Amino acid sequence: MSEQSCFHCGLTIPKNEEINFDEKKFCCTGCKTVYEIFSLNDLTCYYDFEKSPGATPQDIQGKYDFLDNEAILAKVLEFQEANTSIVSLNIPHIHCSSCIWILENLNRLQPGISTSQVNFPEKKVRITFNSETVSLKSIVYLLSSIGYEPYISLENYETGKNKVDRSLTYKVGVAFFCFGNIMLLSFPEYFEIKEFWLDSYKPFFRILIFLLALPSFLYSASGYYVSAYHSIRTRMLNIDIPIALGIIVMFIRSTYDMLMDHGPGFFDSLASLVFFMLLGKMFQTKTYSFLSFERDFKSYFPIAVTRINADFSEESVPIYDVLKGNRLLIRNQELIPVDGILMSEKAEIDYSFVTGEAVPITKKSGDKIFAGGKQIGKVIEMEVLHSVSQSYLTQLWSNEIFQKKVEQKHKTITDALSRYFTPILLLIAFAGFGYWIFIDANIAFNVFTAVLIVACPCALALTAPFTFGNILRIMGKQKMYLKNALVIEQLAKVDTIVFDKTGTITTNKKSNILYEGIDFSDENLQLIKNVLRGSNHPLSRMLYDFLPEYERIKIDDFQEITGKGILAFAEEKEVKIGSSSFVESEVLDSSEIERTSLHIKIDNIYYGKFIFQNQYREGLEKLFETLSREYNIKVLSGDNDGERENLEAILPKNTELVFNQKPEQKLEFIKKLQETGKNVMMVGDGLNDAGALAQSNVGVSVSENVNVFSPACDAILDAGEFSRLNYFLKLSHKSILIIKMSFGLSLLYNIVGLTFAVTGNLLPLVAAIIMPLSTITIVSFVTFMSNYLSCKNLD
Amino acid sequence: MSVIYLLISVSIFVAICFFIAFIVAVKSGQYDDDYTPSVRILFDDETKITSQNNNSPIEEKQV
Repeated sequence: MSEQSCFHCGLTIPKNEEINFDEKKFCCTGCKTVYEIFSLNDLTCYYDFEKSPGATPQDIQGKYDFLDNEAILAKVLEFQEANTSIVSLNIPHIHCSSCIWILENLNRLQPGISTSQVNFPEKKVRITFNSETVSLKSIVYLLSSIGYEPYISLENYETGKNKVDRSLTYKVGVAFFCFGNIMLLSFPEYFEIKEFWLDSYKPFFRILIFLLALPSFLYSASGYYVSAYHSIRTRMLNIDIPIALGIIVMFIRSTYDMLMDHGPGFFDSLASLVFFMLLGKMFQTKTYSFLSFERDFKSYFPIAVTRINADFSEESVPIYDVLKGNRLLIRNQELIPVDGILMSEKAEIDYSFVTGEAVPITKKSGDKIFAGGKQIGKVIEMEVLHSVSQSYLTQLWSNEIFQKKVEQKHKTITDALSRYFTPILLLIAFAGFGYWIFIDANIAFNVFTAVLIVACPCALALTAPFTFGNILRIMGKQKMYLKNALVIEQLAKVDTIVFDKTGTITTNKKSNILYEGIDFSDENLQLIKNVLRGSNHPLSRMLYDFLPEYERIKIDDFQEITGKGILAFAEEKEVKIGSSSFVESEVLDSSEIERTSLHIKIDNIYYGKFIFQNQYREGLEKLFETLSREYNIKVLSGDNDGERENLEAILPKNTELVFNQKPEQKLEFIKKLQETGKNVMMVGDGLNDAGALAQSNVGVSVSENVNVFSPACDAILDAGEFSRLNYFLKLSHKSILIIKMSFGLSLLYNIVGLTFAVTGNLLPLVAAIIMPLSTITIVSFVTFMSNYLSCKNLD
Repeated sequence: MSVIYLLISVSIFVAICFFIAFIVAVKSGQYDDDYTPSVRILFDDETKITSQNNNSPIEEKQV
């Protein structure tokens, strides 16, 4: 075996670096320590459920000191009384059964924890512990030490008890209960057995049926009455009006029939109708509970920050308490929560959360630094300029687009159809009534009610939920996660697509690295590779991955100077890697500044530089070419136009490129497009796109890791599937086609039912057959069609 | 009193009992997480094995 993977985390172990312990191989001491902890506590079962399930623990020294602060602690805890506390922690690493097992056996690692329960789909663990024997901070440290570092952000600060809405489950339960029992009790009526014995019990059966229909009619169907009432008030005819009308008429007519002993009424159809429609509703509301589509900056900002008081003491304070003029301490890997001025000499700030740009920016003392960046390297100090809500980035969320909760931005396809459906239905009902009234008043009333009952657009109303629900699942399997089913309709309407540049059409994982300068000897390359190994700077990591594998050599002296580069000695050579000023390269022209590069100097000889270029995603050119045939494509970027030439070479000719866009400007750009009547899809990634994503008709967030990062949006697309964007758009068009086809089918059923109704022949038995039959045909039709079309090659 | 009244009443009563059980189950949050319990149920035995036999957990679990 040439490649070996770590027993704990499964990563490939670099050559000659493996650590042997207990006859197992580990890639680093971190992984070994976790194994030691587990084996000491009889918890090695952890490795039995899944192969190499672990993660390397990260260094979190001082990161969670804020959990000592009582005020913050009270906000994070879900429940606290006497010495029992409960906390729900979000742990992104939860991914397999081993994770569930170890997290539910935490009490064996830490006395004081009584129970811990994992919610796998939400990636959360709920821990009940005794706050006198163990503190939350030590639990968090324990979790981190075994590789399950919890994710605590500003969002946790406002956790109340989040109420789960289970009313739909109750309604479906009630509807099913009523439906099932009514069906059983209706059997004697269906067969019309003229038997004395059964006839004498008819009133008893009918009363029971009536009583059973009440909860279904009054409770389960209540949502339709409310929705119908609203739609009448706002004068927007939606599909719920004929449904509510049908249900109410059905109930009244059936009660009347029963009282007058005309027949058994339509209670069975009523119960089945309500049940099937609620089932459709439930099918449509597929949610991806491990994803969040409502995230704002709060999910990314820390809950507390270290403040330096006037007497130089350090104190953890909640972020909302940070005021202008305060001095803050930001550690390695910590997020800068507010705008401020850098007090320390130098800082390397990674704005990838905000812009999607992977390369950190160097700031000098006195420079303004903006909220949202992550400090990399040493501890820095800063002075606050604006409080959290006033900061450059967070101000975006005070825009009105984030204020109002837009329930539904557009009319759905079903509602559009029902604008015609409802008036026509009423017209037929009245025409039938008008015709029969001259012949027989009794039949006239029967016909009138029968029309409303049979035309109750159950199948029509079910078409969209089942089609969209199914497409939603199909897309989810292919890593395009939609917020809800309505997004599919929006996708089909899109005519303009706006892309963000950095992080969206470029990837931040790989970089295109070019070398300019004197050729290196193998020895020198080996030297560079080994020097880079010690550095955690993103550029060093990228270059390290780019260079070929070499044997390890010993580095005698290693020094990393923040914002400058690396100075190292090895094999009696001095190696300098870093910025041009640090390496003192003689060749300096002004165009160099806009490019990201690493310069190399060995033993005072300047060799050359590695240039990092944006790497565009695979398949981008083809995607843009196909998209440009049907859509208007625009590219927005927050950067300067240094990449313009490269982009123009890749993109189709008529593509509009806009550079130097601030977050608000992106939002305005989308707004302007919409004002000209365009349906805009925004494809973005970072927090600076959040405004544009919210403003657009469909906001798609491209994410390298769907579990971790994505701003508020309508859909989350896994970055690996980016080149298939066209497929998803095509699929949304197809789903609209399916819906239209099945609308035709269900209208056919309606016509058949209506012919029974207007001739006055609608028997309860006929209704009881037509209604479920149409429902089943429609559901199977749309399920089959959507699965068939999604498998077909749509390109 | 005819037996049919009794039978139907009993059957409805039983149905209502199940219905109430369903409501209670939903209310207690059993339907909120429908994945984790299915994994959790497989764990219990393995925990015991390791805590009893420290030395040979590997042989035990291969059974």
